[in-house]
Amino acid sequence: MTARRPALRIAANLLFALGLPAVAVVLWGVWSARSDNRFLAGPLAVLDAFRRTWIGPAFVDDVLPSLLRLALGIAGSIVLGVAAGIAIGSLRRLRETLGPLLEFFRAIPPPVLIPVAMLLLGITGTMKVVVIMSGAIWPILLNTIDGVRATDSVMLETADSYRIPRWERLRFVVLPAAAPRIMTGVRQALSVALILMVISEMFASSSGLGYRIAYFQRNYLIAEMWSGILLLGLIGILLAVLFGLVERRVLRWYQGMKEITRA
Amino acid sequence: MPDGSPLLRVEHLRKVYASATGDVEAVADLSFTMDHGELVCIVGPSGCGKTTLLKCLAGLLRPTSGVVEMDGSPVTGPSPAMAVVFQEYGRSLYPWLTVRGNVELPLRHQKLSRAVRDRTVSDALEAVGLPHAARSHPWQLSGGMQQRVAIARAIAYRPEVLIMDEPFAAVDAQTRADLEDLVRELHLTRGISTVFVTHDIDESVYLGRRVLVLSHAPTRVREDLVIDLPPERDQLTTRALPRFTELRTRVYEQIQRAKRGPAEAGPAISVG
Ligand SMILES: Nc1ncnc2c1ncn2[C@@H]1O[C@H](COP(=O)(O)OP(=O)(O)O)[C@@H](O)[C@H]1O
Ligand SMILES: [Mg+2]
Repeated sequence: MTARRPALRIAANLLFALGLPAVAVVLWGVWSARSDNRFLAGPLAVLDAFRRTWIGPAFVDDVLPSLLRLALGIAGSIVLGVAAGIAIGSLRRLRETLGPLLEFFRAIPPPVLIPVAMLLLGITGTMKVVVIMSGAIWPILLNTIDGVRATDSVMLETADSYRIPRWERLRFVVLPAAAPRIMTGVRQALSVALILMVISEMFASSSGLGYRIAYFQRNYLIAEMWSGILLLGLIGILLAVLFGLVERRVLRWYQGMKEITRA
Repeated sequence: MPDGSPLLRVEHLRKVYASATGDVEAVADLSFTMDHGELVCIVGPSGCGKTTLLKCLAGLLRPTSGVVEMDGSPVTGPSPAMAVVFQEYGRSLYPWLTVRGNVELPLRHQKLSRAVRDRTVSDALEAVGLPHAARSHPWQLSGGMQQRVAIARAIAYRPEVLIMDEPFAAVDAQTRADLEDLVRELHLTRGISTVFVTHDIDESVYLGRRVLVLSHAPTRVREDLVIDLPPERDQLTTRALPRFTELRTRVYEQIQRAKRGPAEAGPAISVG
């Protein structure tokens, strides 16, 4: 009895989670079958193109390098954004000096940096990672700065009174205190990074997911083009799932505390 | 420590906060001394500068002028010989650390072996009656238990002076009585000198061997009262003593006068 109830609930949840996508796919199928727009491919055709296009050498030649650059860009943004955010957040002088500059750079749409990065770094993998970082770093940096600045003054005074040394203060007080904000920043950075990965490859590349999608589109390989977009969506979902796992681990205390204060 | 020299000496302490809307003189001219092994309660109306005084004692704030000395040398910053228990326990414990982690954090940078450190932490948790809660997080505990964790962290640090700022202002009466007895017990069994700030008159008389009554801000010492109650105290019999009533009436009167207006220059007598 008690075992069947949770099973039922899980089944109901699954139905809810998969229900809407299933309906959408069916609608898509009906629509594409009735429409005579030749740029619209049906779900079966796209699925078939997906299998042909991405499962095989293209995965190693195009998808893996893209994913690698995406991972490097995200990791680099996190490391640089958090490190700089902590420095800027804890040092008022630095904050006041850099403030206007940060606002300026943040206001530049990152894709316009692609031509600049191409000139400076050439059409290389490094250039693409730099482009990804140039966009993804901002939400992390700004949220880290805010998180560090909002650290409770009593917590800091407690650390002072116990003479907790700099490194431990960073590791055990400042970083965890800012962690909820940092994670908010990382979540925003993930979608920015994915967008920039695709755009940087569409602009200047001879391989990669973005390049492939643009190539299919130019050559009227419609089902293949759609299959690339499907793959992008799947990568987005994968990122969100991974992020959720990490967030649950890192912010377990935060979620627990919120639940208790809400109760 | 040479005999005769006081543990803490505060002389002509003055603290003015500079703020955009003008300067606030929180502490005007405060002098007192405290000997090794004493338990001194400081009472005063809300906003009279008690927290400011404690922060100056603990080296967290620079006095505008005057001297704070500990064991004969001036206090210029937080000292390993002092531990502070803050009023806001909820903001002083780190919610991402377990109870054990909170108590352990200040010991990490001390050159203790792993075994000694573990033993110190367990011993401190035992002393405050929370050995079973070591693996909980602070926010899973009641307010009184959280304040016990803060006290455990302070005594694990093995300070010479324990400084407590209205630690029990936010807990219910029964919990408060238990915590008061805990403070007395730690003071008696471990010989930790204690400065205990409160706005509760009964609490100050029950706990202290000495009570300093502060005036309204800008603060001076209004009265320095020796509490000549027997050292063995308990919540029922001690509070029923006629002497207890006399003393609390005395403190009450002083506080009332303190509230009414800034004091005439308070006497800086030191009753040892
Ligand atoms: N950081 C600060 N800046 C300006 N004024 C302050 C600051 N901290 C406290 N004060 C003022 O100093 C006075 C004493 O404050 P406080 O020491 O917290 O009193 P208490 O602990 O006795 O309630 C109050 O009038 C308060 O408003
Ligand atoms: Mg206070």
